[in-house]
Amino acid sequence: MTNREKIVPVLTILAALLAVWYAAVVFLNAPFERDTAARAGTTISFSEIVPRTMAQARPVLPAPHQVMAELWDTTINKPVTSKRSLVYHAWITLSATLVGFGLGTLLGIALAVGIVHNRAMDRSLMPWIIASQTIPILAIAPMIIVVLNAIGIAGLLPKALISTYLSFFPIAVGMVKGLRSPEQIQLDLMRTYNASPSQLFWKLRWPASMPYLFTSLKVAVAISLVGAIVGELPTGAVAGLGARLLAGSYYGQTVQIWSALFMAAGLAAVLVLIVGAAHSAVLRRMGVRP
Amino acid sequence: MGTAFAMPQIRPDAFSPNTASPDARSVVSARGLGLTFKTDDGPVTALTGVDLDVRKGDFVSFIGPSGCGKTTFLRVIADLEKPTAGTITVNGTTPEDARKNRSYGYVFQAAALYPWRTIEQNIALPLEIMGYGEAEKRARIERTLALVNLSGFGKKFPWQLSGGMQQRASIARALAFDADLLLMDEPFGALDEIVRDHLNEQLLELWARTEKTICFVTHSIPEAVYLSTKIVVMSPRPGRITDVIESTLPRERPLDIRETPEFLEIASRVRDGLRAGHSYDE
Amino acid sequence: MNAILPAVLFWLGAWALNEWLVRRKPASKALERTIRLIVPILFGVSLLVLWEGLVRGFAVPAVLLPPPSMIWTRLISSLPTLWADFRQTFLKSVITGYVTGCGLGFLVAIAIDRSPFLQKGLLPLGNFVSALPVVGVAPIMVMWFGFDWPSKVAVVVIMTFFPMLVNTVTGLAAASSMEKDLMQTYAASWFQTLVKLRLPAAWPFIFNALKINSTLALIGAIVAEFFGTPIVGMGFRISTEVGRMNVDMVWAEIAVAALAGSVFYGVVALVERVVTFWHPSVRGGRA
Repeated sequence: MTNREKIVPVLTILAALLAVWYAAVVFLNAPFERDTAARAGTTISFSEIVPRTMAQARPVLPAPHQVMAELWDTTINKPVTSKRSLVYHAWITLSATLVGFGLGTLLGIALAVGIVHNRAMDRSLMPWIIASQTIPILAIAPMIIVVLNAIGIAGLLPKALISTYLSFFPIAVGMVKGLRSPEQIQLDLMRTYNASPSQLFWKLRWPASMPYLFTSLKVAVAISLVGAIVGELPTGAVAGLGARLLAGSYYGQTVQIWSALFMAAGLAAVLVLIVGAAHSAVLRRMGVRP
Repeated sequence: MGTAFAMPQIRPDAFSPNTASPDARSVVSARGLGLTFKTDDGPVTALTGVDLDVRKGDFVSFIGPSGCGKTTFLRVIADLEKPTAGTITVNGTTPEDARKNRSYGYVFQAAALYPWRTIEQNIALPLEIMGYGEAEKRARIERTLALVNLSGFGKKFPWQLSGGMQQRASIARALAFDADLLLMDEPFGALDEIVRDHLNEQLLELWARTEKTICFVTHSIPEAVYLSTKIVVMSPRPGRITDVIESTLPRERPLDIRETPEFLEIASRVRDGLRAGHSYDE
Repeated sequence: MNAILPAVLFWLGAWALNEWLVRRKPASKALERTIRLIVPILFGVSLLVLWEGLVRGFAVPAVLLPPPSMIWTRLISSLPTLWADFRQTFLKSVITGYVTGCGLGFLVAIAIDRSPFLQKGLLPLGNFVSALPVVGVAPIMVMWFGFDWPSKVAVVVIMTFFPMLVNTVTGLAAASSMEKDLMQTYAASWFQTLVKLRLPAAWPFIFNALKINSTLALIGAIVAEFFGTPIVGMGFRISTEVGRMNVDMVWAEIAVAALAGSVFYGVVALVERVVTFWHPSVRGGRA
């Protein structure tokens, strides 16, 4: 009952979006068909235009079923090792995302622990960490890639470093908040037990920071993926979802761009879902009601 | 402070002996009133079989343990909940019409002052909504601030005041327009005893001066006995009225009236009523 | 080699000074505020000195990492170019897209306010889209709207729309039930409740979106330029100068982007403090 109440509106909106999409396909792709017909010296009726707008090779806007067909073709019908397989490209991007995300998480947590335990670090680093969030960090991506390439580091690591750079900020900020979230009375209680600093950390601060950690992880994993995709742009479109986007835009292959976009969206959804599942699993083990 | 609070909406005929049948003087009149909520664990009967008349100028207290429906009844009067059985009239009309006629001044458990408005602006809120003119608004703000002893605090923000002062400001907000009926839902529940005594005293004074009709929800026996002309004892599962006690105390009540035998007698009757209706199965 | 030791010493000295400074318990409020300001600045400066010293000491080639002094010289000497890029990317693409995207998100949120059905449908979708790599639409927008700034505006609009929509809808639901009951006892209209209660209560959420979007807008505009642009713009400059190995120019451009981003964010945060002065997070900061 409640599930249906949740799903029906979402499905309705999705159906409406799909309808708008098809209408837009006809509207945006029709001029090309009219031009072709005019050049051939024939006139073309509206009922003839409609099916043709959904079957162009390089449409302004591909129809949803064209994108789905391309997705199907490049994931199921191609061997995973082939350069034409979208699974292959998705894996390239995903591996960089995961390595970067992992490094970023460790770095972010380490930084947060330092900041919470050292006043000088807190006062001098924290303003810069907050300020750095306002900087378009992605602008540095091409430089990191090219510079690292110049000294012989290529492939996964430079992209992963961009993901690391992007993902450690939200985690550091979230964890500082989380490690500081225990209230004064809880800290006072630990003090009355004469708890050691490490006991205070593992028995109070760390568990208290879990909700904050996972909220940050969701943001970080999404932005890691963005970092990996953008990191693939300046290398000249070799492999990965970003490369597919760039190659598609070079050659006007709109269907390829859209299918790469859908793959990226799917990847992001799966990653966020996994983090979300881990979140609720940890909370359940800690006895918090979902 | 010395000026009486103007009550332009009192209809003189309401007090004339010709029309003084009990129902004609009733501000609130409930017959067989019931309310059942649908929840995930099945229906919950919050109120059942409530018959009650509140007369003009009454100070009625509703007392009972949690879950007895006292707050629900207040919300039904204010048209914040719709009853599922029986009838209720307010000033002879439905609660909804009474609400649209702006008959209610509601004071909640928390002050519920808007933090982005000063105390003055908070008191002005209902006046803005009801479309009062600028000069009228100023006059009413001054008058109600004086009435709750907050003159000079109008320019402060709520979060700059103590809890007791905030609750006084919220009473001022309820008094600012000419509501027929003041509905108060445990307004002093979150305050400490000394502040509470003080506010109780002030509330009685206010009631005497404004001649408002007040419905007051509480779970404190001394508070109910000290304030009320009529005490409605309620009990839970299902929420219902178990006793209605007309107070024999004079309208003029200094704080030490609470040590007189008369007071203690009423208090013990209330306590007996609460005990009788209380099931010990929890 | 002789530049390393002084630089490291300076950095260590600055750190020690900071350690000492944060342990002071200043008598006056003004002194405390000064210390709070000095500590991060000293840290930043010491970092720059360390960077300069290490790069010079180890003779790191400028193609890899130019010293700050070289970036500064480059920045000063290329001000006209940097200004043109700033105008193209920030003033045209970012500001237009930010205002349009945030405005649309806000208006749509108000428009669906009376329809719980549309809210239930759009809110999960908005949350989902916020987690997607939306910058990916950049190549499509460049195809549709051309190389110049309108395509960048389109990317920025798409990126900023959903965070604003989600935050405004959440914010409009943030008023407590007691506050809403109060408005109901006054028989206030939908519009009165919106203007006098729900919008003020929603400001903290709306500003949250405005702050998130200030960063997203700049990222969107710069990345969109990687996919095609006329020969001006911050993203264009970064990608071409990287190709020519003019790393100092890239750093100068990044410095401008960083400054623009921080000032943009700072202005939004300042307006937030003025508008939501009553919110506990702002009050606590001022006390």
